[in-house]
Amino acid sequence: MNPRRQKRLVAVVAFVLLLGGAIGAMLYALQQNIDLFYTPSQLIEGMGDDKVKPEIGQRLRIGGMVVKGSVRRDPNSLKVSFDLVDTGPIVTVEYEGILPDLFREGQGIVAQGVLVDAKTILASEVLAKHDEEYMPPEVAEAVKGIKHVAPKNMQSYGQPKVSEPETTTPEQGKPAGQQP
Amino acid sequence: MWGSMFRWLDPYAKPETLYHLCGRLLPYLMGLALFTLLLGNIWGLAFSPSDYQQGDSYRIIYIHVPAAIWSMGAYSSMAIAAFIGLVWQIRVAQWAVLAIAPIGAVYTVIALLTGAAWGKPMWGTWWVWDARLTSELVLLFLYLGVIALAGAFSEAARGIKVASLLAIVGVVNLPIIHYSVEWWNTLHQGATITKFAKPSIDPSMLWPLLISLLGFALLLAALTCLRLRSQILIFEQHRPWVRQWVDQQQGERG
Repeated sequence: MNPRRQKRLVAVVAFVLLLGGAIGAMLYALQQNIDLFYTPSQLIEGMGDDKVKPEIGQRLRIGGMVVKGSVRRDPNSLKVSFDLVDTGPIVTVEYEGILPDLFREGQGIVAQGVLVDAKTILASEVLAKHDEEYMPPEVAEAVKGIKHVAPKNMQSYGQPKVSEPETTTPEQGKPAGQQP
Repeated sequence: MWGSMFRWLDPYAKPETLYHLCGRLLPYLMGLALFTLLLGNIWGLAFSPSDYQQGDSYRIIYIHVPAAIWSMGAYSSMAIAAFIGLVWQIRVAQWAVLAIAPIGAVYTVIALLTGAAWGKPMWGTWWVWDARLTSELVLLFLYLGVIALAGAFSEAARGIKVASLLAIVGVVNLPIIHYSVEWWNTLHQGATITKFAKPSIDPSMLWPLLISLLGFALLLAALTCLRLRSQILIFEQHRPWVRQWVDQQQGERG
C-alpha cells in the first residue's frame, strides 16, 4: 500500500473510531433514559445502580404482563383496571378507554400515565406488546396449549363484572406468556 | 497482501468495464427479483397460515422485515463503497455511494411506513419513540444526509468525499438498530430470524419470508446496477468511450 493511501486509511479509521467512541459513550450515559418504560420491579425497587424510584405525580410508562384474573371493568363506563407483573412486584393500572385488540390476560402491555401512588398508575394510553413468535393456531394449540378463540366468543369482555378478581375469559387453556 | 487478494477486481474499477458488466447483469437480477418477490409475497400474503395471536395482520411481515433488513444491508454496502472510494480513491466506488443512497432511503421509508401500519392494529399506535423505531428513523436521516451532502458542493468530488465520511460514520447506527430491542425496553419485539438461535417462526411462515428476503436483496442489486450505470454515464459523458457507445447504440437502432 503506498504511503498516501496508508495516510488516508489511518485518517478515516481514526475519525470513525473517535466518533463511534463518542456516540457509544453518549448512549452508555443515556442508557436509563432510552428505555421506553419501567417494569413493575423497577418501579417499586428502583432502577439502575442508584435504585432511583419515580416520584408520585411523575408521568411515566410502565410495561409488564397483565396478571391473569386481575382485569376489572366498570359496567357503566369504559373504566378498567388491571395488574401488571414482571418478576415479582405487582402494579395496578387504571384506564378509561378502548383497549387494543391484543390486550388480554397474560399479554405484555405498555401503559403511559401518571403515578398516583407507589403502586398505581392512572393511564392515558395502553399499548399491546407482542412477542417475536409467529405460528399458525393449530401449532400454537399443540405447542403452547393455547386454544384459538374467535373474538365473538370472548363473552367476558362484553359482559363486564366489577371487582371480581376471578372474572376471566372463557378458558383459553394455559396463558400464553405468564412466566413471571 | 491487499494487492494479490483483490487483484481480480481491478478491471472493474474501470468505468467502461463496470458499465457493461452492470448492463449484462441487470436483466437477470431484475427478472429473478420480480420472480422471487411475486412468489414470496403471493405465498406469504395469500397461502401461508394466519398467526395464532395476530391473525392476518402479521402478513405485513413479508414486506416489513425484508425492507428493514435490506435498509441496513444497503447502508453497509454504501459504507463499504464509501470507504473504498475514500481510501483507494476509486471513482466507481464513489459513484456507487450515490447510486445506493436513494434506494436505501426508499427501503427505510417502506420499513417505517409498513411498521406504522402494523403497529396501529397490533400495538394500538402508529408511532412510539422507542429505541428500535427511533434508530431506524435516524437511519433514514443518515441516508438523506448522505444524499444532501453529496449534492451540496459545486465541485462534485468534494461533495462525494464529505458524504462518504458521513456514510462511514453512520455505520455505528447499524448495531444500535439491531441490538436496540435487547439493550433497552422497547415496544418493538425482539428478533425473529436475525439471531443465532432457531428462528421463532413456524416453517410454513418462514419459507415465504426467506424468499421475500431474497427478492428484496435481488431488487436492491438490480436497482443498484441500474443507478450505477446512469451515474457512470453522467460522470463520463465527455469520454470517448461513451460517445462511441452511444453512436453504436444509435446505429443499431437504425
